[in-house]
Amino acid sequence: MTGPPLLAVEQLSVDLPTPRGPLRAVDEVDLELEGGRTLGIVGESGSGKTMLSRAILQLMPRRARIGGRVLFDGRDLTRLDAEALRRLRGRSIAVVFQDPMTSLNPVLTIGRQIAETLREHLEIDASAAATRAIELLADVGIPAPKQRLRQYPHQLSGGMRQRVAIAIALSCEPRLLIADEPTTALDVTVQAQILDLLDRERQRRDMAMILITHDLGIVAGRTDEVAVMYAGRIVERAPTARLFKAMCMPYTEALLAAIPKLDAPPHTPLAVISGRPPDPTQPFRGCAFAPRCRYRAERCADQRPSLIPADPSGHRYACWHPISPRAA
Amino acid sequence: MDGSLLEVRNLVVEYAVGGRTVHAVSDVSFEITRGETLGLVGESGCGKSSLGRAILQLTTPKVGSVRFDNVELTRLGRGPLRRMRQRIQLIFQDPIASLNPRRRIGDIIAEPLRIAGSASRSTRECRVRETLSAVGLEPDQVVGRLPHEFSGGQCQRICIARALVIEPELLVCDEAVSALDVSIRAQILNLLEALKARYRLTLLFIAHDLAVVKAVSDRVAVMYLGRLCEVGSTEALYRAPAHPYTRLLLDAIPVPDPEVRPPQSVPLGEPPSPLAPPSGCRFRTRCTRADACCAEVTPELREVAPGRQVACHHPLVGA
Repeated sequence: MTGPPLLAVEQLSVDLPTPRGPLRAVDEVDLELEGGRTLGIVGESGSGKTMLSRAILQLMPRRARIGGRVLFDGRDLTRLDAEALRRLRGRSIAVVFQDPMTSLNPVLTIGRQIAETLREHLEIDASAAATRAIELLADVGIPAPKQRLRQYPHQLSGGMRQRVAIAIALSCEPRLLIADEPTTALDVTVQAQILDLLDRERQRRDMAMILITHDLGIVAGRTDEVAVMYAGRIVERAPTARLFKAMCMPYTEALLAAIPKLDAPPHTPLAVISGRPPDPTQPFRGCAFAPRCRYRAERCADQRPSLIPADPSGHRYACWHPISPRAA
Repeated sequence: MDGSLLEVRNLVVEYAVGGRTVHAVSDVSFEITRGETLGLVGESGCGKSSLGRAILQLTTPKVGSVRFDNVELTRLGRGPLRRMRQRIQLIFQDPIASLNPRRRIGDIIAEPLRIAGSASRSTRECRVRETLSAVGLEPDQVVGRLPHEFSGGQCQRICIARALVIEPELLVCDEAVSALDVSIRAQILNLLEALKARYRLTLLFIAHDLAVVKAVSDRVAVMYLGRLCEVGSTEALYRAPAHPYTRLLLDAIPVPDPEVRPPQSVPLGEPPSPLAPPSGCRFRTRCTRADACCAEVTPELREVAPGRQVACHHPLVGA
């Protein structure tokens, strides 16, 4: 696995203008992702995980300021012009968003929306596109795909709409799929189906995937590597098994502890992270998690910890007082 | 425990939509004992919110009885019903949408007291401050401000304060923590547990997340397409689910441990529409144990063990 990774994000920062001053949504993030691998990005709302994915796609609000580089297959996406980006998005990098009702066009049929993507990026005629659209709908588990082509998004359930959104994302055989909270709007029994579908298609197509979620339960079983974000930064990153066996960053530990466990008896008090994330428009020194951290010391308030170089297991974290790793 | 506070019998809620009927709640019966928390679990569209609203008579049930403290709510007139509603309060999923954006927090929380018309202005202020402290907010920093100045978690604390300020006996929480981040959700769940003890509340906790429901409930009722599938003590129901749908729900929860294999997805599709629920057992179209009997005979909720009821012809336990 030598050679350059499929995706390399280097020192990526995003500043958004607000009436209260610039808001740093993403703060000096570094990431790499090899072809065919799955990276989970975990964080709570406002942690910057969605803005990071938008920055990778160069889908940013007009007045946003981006620093750093996004290398995809060796090309720096931050330097591409609009036309080159348009050819790349949907073709080589595809996205699935949280809400399939808003990501699909309500006044166009399913068939038209899939064919549109195909004909935009691939040189095929209308009938070939229609045939391909039926195959794609069948791939993503939609019953009676031929009839579905003529239906509109509102005629489908939430789960079926998300399958259509996935079919569109997969239509041009992308090398990277970004799934941003793809199952958050869905019921739990449908969620499992959609996650299985994404996993199966990823393996079949040897596609890399970034799975963005707030749910540590979802990344645990379905990713090779996990990055935890807090206040715009990656605070811990490790191969998935390693992370859950020996988490070092107190925030990761606290986030896991705050989830109600199915095997705990009823009325077990939950471990609580007191307070709230910092206001991103206010500059702060030190570690952003320090005010809520039970391990904090003087240094945490003054000096910002950076992500330490990876240990032999590939584990990195940004903390002055890491939880002592258990023997692993 | 001193008897049931709420008793729901054979409740039916239906809506007419474009000449068709949505069967939101079909023949549901259960009771809640004073001081207990009953969790009501189900996926979207199963009728759990309609059930919660029908208890408060915010939706008029078509058939059935709702008895609260031995008073039949379905037959009460407007005045008596309004007085009764002071004893039953409701908290919704979206805390920000539940608060009037133009009113100050102090006024929002005093409103239920003002409507009840019992207390003087100074008593009201005093009660508002007390309740704000109880939900973990600093009254001086809160009363004069507007909802938009607060985060989602803080707004939910404000909604809880508004519900508790007239000291209700029954609190219906309809997906009250579903819109919150994990770390904030844990704070609110712990807060509800603490307030339940302090105000001697009885809770109907409606949610789709089984792990969240387990954390707060004494008993759990599972609902599918308008009907109850299973009711039982939390411990017993989670240890050994009797209804195949409960089993399916439990198996679908992703566990935050990479050594636990991810849930095997159910190849059996999605819930059918409540516009045209299947005959007999409504879960049969997704059930691996279904046979001809399930299509013909609607399984009634029956006791399979003390305190354990299941509506299934082929239950996983207690057959």
